[in-house]
Amino acid sequence: MIRDTGMARHVIRRLLSLLPTLFMLITVAFFLMRAAPGGPFDSEKLLPPEIEANLEAKYHMDESLLQQYFRYLSQIAVLDFGPSIQYKDWTVNELIGQAMPVSLTIGLSAMVLAFLFGTLFGITAALRQNTRTDYILMGVGMLGISIPNFVIAPILILLLAVYAGWLPAGGWDWSIASMVLPVVTLSLPVTAYIARLTRGSMIEVMHSNFIRSARAKGLPESVVIRRHALRPALAPVISFLGPATAGMISGSVIIERIFSIPGLGSYFVQGALNRDYSLVMGIVIFYGVLIIVLNFLVDLIYAWLNPRVRYDDKN
Amino acid sequence: MALLEVKDLDVGFDTPEGEVHAVNRLNFSVEAGETLALVGESGSGKTQTVMAILGLLAENGHASGQAFFKGKDLLRMSPSELNLHRGSEIAMIFQDPMTSLNPYLRIEKQMIEVAMHHQGLKKAEAVAHAVEVLRAVRIPDPERIIRQYPHEFSGGMRQKVMVAMGLLSEPELLIADEPTAALDVTVQTQITHLMSALQKKSNTAIILISHDLGIVAGACDRVLVMYAGEAVECGTVEQIYYEPKHPYTQGLLNSVPRLDQATERELETIPGNPPNPLTLPDGCKFRDRCPQAFDACSEPPPMQVGGDRHPFRCWLGVSK
Amino acid sequence: MTIKTDNPAVDPFAAAMGVVDIKGRSPWEDAWHRLLKNRAAVYSAFIMVVMLLLVIFGPMLISWESDFTDWDNTSSPPSFSTGHWFGTDAVGRDILVRTLEGGRISLMVGLVATIVSLVIGVSYGAIAGYFGGAADRIMMRIVDIIYALPFMFFVIMLMVVFGRNILLIFAAIGAINWLDMARIVRGQTLSLKNTEFVEAARACGVSDWDIIRRHITPNLLGVVIVYVTLTIPQVILAESFLSFLGLGVQEPMSSWGALVSDGAQDMESAPWTLIVPSVFLTVTLYCFNYIGDGLRDALDPKDRV
Repeated sequence: MIRDTGMARHVIRRLLSLLPTLFMLITVAFFLMRAAPGGPFDSEKLLPPEIEANLEAKYHMDESLLQQYFRYLSQIAVLDFGPSIQYKDWTVNELIGQAMPVSLTIGLSAMVLAFLFGTLFGITAALRQNTRTDYILMGVGMLGISIPNFVIAPILILLLAVYAGWLPAGGWDWSIASMVLPVVTLSLPVTAYIARLTRGSMIEVMHSNFIRSARAKGLPESVVIRRHALRPALAPVISFLGPATAGMISGSVIIERIFSIPGLGSYFVQGALNRDYSLVMGIVIFYGVLIIVLNFLVDLIYAWLNPRVRYDDKN
Repeated sequence: MALLEVKDLDVGFDTPEGEVHAVNRLNFSVEAGETLALVGESGSGKTQTVMAILGLLAENGHASGQAFFKGKDLLRMSPSELNLHRGSEIAMIFQDPMTSLNPYLRIEKQMIEVAMHHQGLKKAEAVAHAVEVLRAVRIPDPERIIRQYPHEFSGGMRQKVMVAMGLLSEPELLIADEPTAALDVTVQTQITHLMSALQKKSNTAIILISHDLGIVAGACDRVLVMYAGEAVECGTVEQIYYEPKHPYTQGLLNSVPRLDQATERELETIPGNPPNPLTLPDGCKFRDRCPQAFDACSEPPPMQVGGDRHPFRCWLGVSK
Repeated sequence: MTIKTDNPAVDPFAAAMGVVDIKGRSPWEDAWHRLLKNRAAVYSAFIMVVMLLLVIFGPMLISWESDFTDWDNTSSPPSFSTGHWFGTDAVGRDILVRTLEGGRISLMVGLVATIVSLVIGVSYGAIAGYFGGAADRIMMRIVDIIYALPFMFFVIMLMVVFGRNILLIFAAIGAINWLDMARIVRGQTLSLKNTEFVEAARACGVSDWDIIRRHITPNLLGVVIVYVTLTIPQVILAESFLSFLGLGVQEPMSSWGALVSDGAQDMESAPWTLIVPSVFLTVTLYCFNYIGDGLRDALDPKDRV
């Protein structure tokens, strides 16, 4: 498959198209942060002018905005995100290094959970279309999309942590118990959306002519579904994984706040509120790269799944 | 005993607007080794007939009657029982190869699964067999082609692949639904010759669905003319083409340009449209468009069966 | 056999063609009938109307003001005796009134931000689709790039940067959702541009403007309606998100998101402060989603999800 020139060419095209995204991300984030009225030192006690000037020089804020921009670009090119402004003894790299494993674990687990359960429910509903199972699954699915995660989370905490005492109400200590609620809550809306998407896609595929052909060949229904229906049915779901990740990242901000988890989302909001430019930029870029890489992988998987995509590029 | 014997086949669909009667009281049979054409306008029920026989009707469809294949009623079978016959003894070539082939799978995979499932071949043997069949349908360079995806072919090639897939298991009955509809004439001829040749070789019976009278004339032994879901005339090719008895058949033949007739003759069309299958008229369903209709036609006409085995459903010539 | 059609241009030929019984239903009628058959959508619409009425007129009818602090009854559970049917919050404010007024804000943001989304999305998509070629490619590329970014982050940054100005909230949230609308509109415009009936209309000498008016717009309309209905809950959700984080509308204005946030803090001692706004918010989102789904099924039954 990798030897197939269609695939290789597609991969390269995809890689090249990612660079503008990253660039745009960095640029917009940079100028946006700097556009904020007030600087990082405003919240502190009123500083004598010389000390403030020294601080500004240390963080290169006495230079023009454009100069700061190019300085920053050259810095991150070597992956140096600079020192954090709020947490004075830490560099951004260190902070991200600390928070990243937490957020990544939650995010990845939630994604896997959402995909597995979403597709499972969706396919089940599709194969039992218009039966009670279908209505129940889709009703719950609709609920999953409609209930915001910041509504579900407190309610789940109330029920499972406060009243029942089975799980901790927050905090993060790498134990499974502390992981359950955040991961599940984060994954719920995505699971619901994937379930609905899969169901619709599966139903459409099962009505297509090539499924009829497969049946006409005398293949057992389980083979028809597994070999002929799954791939086309899952294609839109795979496509959706890219935006789903972006959505999850957004959702993680809330989840981390509610469950008091020291992840990138928390640091981001704090950083934004305190004008910690380097930290905010660092997180934005990190997530940006993550999204880009993930989208890239998703594209690869999609092209593997759907052969027509590779060949459209060639022509 | 006929290879396939269809008795009183009724096919209907439940729609929000009511019941759609696609096929009404259809009777026909196919002998081993012969080619039967199902001829009629779009909507005459030709495709739904074979769909019903193969158990491939849409979810809102239902069929009643009997369809005996080698003595066993296909309509009474469960899908798993049908699967023993589908793809092995009875094969189908569908009308639209672009949508009937799975765009996500290579041709190879779609071809070998038949042999591997029905005949228990190993992958290598199945591939070799598939390549041979592709060669037999005159596809060049089949070893390379078989590794490709459906959208990489032209329409004609795809159709040939469909034909090849139908022939893989050397079926006793091959059902071909407009196999040449979307193709240009040269490819049409190739395919019809192919089917005839393979038929002679393996004594395969063929049901050929078509509205192209030219193809039918060249490729078939017998013809069944359908209108509004009913059989209106049935006979050998010579009987139908030279002595059409039913006004609809006559109308069909008059609307086709013929080499053996004067070129300045105006092509006649049959005025009007087929009846709405939701509201089929009583009496003869062709009545509104028939140039020879008279008052008896308000009753359902009888099927006149003469000694020449050339039945037709009409009031003409019936003495009271 | 009498021949009658609705179209005088066809009548002279109708006899020869054997055309009978032409009176059919327009696609809009068909869609309307389909929609009415969708019970979930119909019930949801009904509930939404009730919600709208409650939110607009409710606070006027309830005796409590939203900022009135009832010191005798702080954090009191729902009861008829206190007069606070849905309870009070920690400062003694009546939950029902606050929720209904919060609903005004949430729904208003929903509406306005959706309009922003609509305007940007439709114009962008229509231009891209109409001009096609390189312009289209570039514009869609930009959409692809933006689609991949975690928009929430930028909105948060915007809020932090420019303060919690309600106009900015409208604009920012509207700007999140225009992407889908733009894509859909562009797709529709592209395919419509090349349809045979548009070609036929041009061949008959119909002017460009009339083509847009009579052929393209009605077909766009269907798709746009569906997406508008589906955008509203997304926008309300986004605003709630922001409010929950403390970055949404400023006090004394309150929206459902802020109320849920407040409620979450007191949820152990006063769970009704969390439950009441949560239920209102969820029901609204739920109903809008069903309505949007119903509209989508009704207007384009092939597109079922």
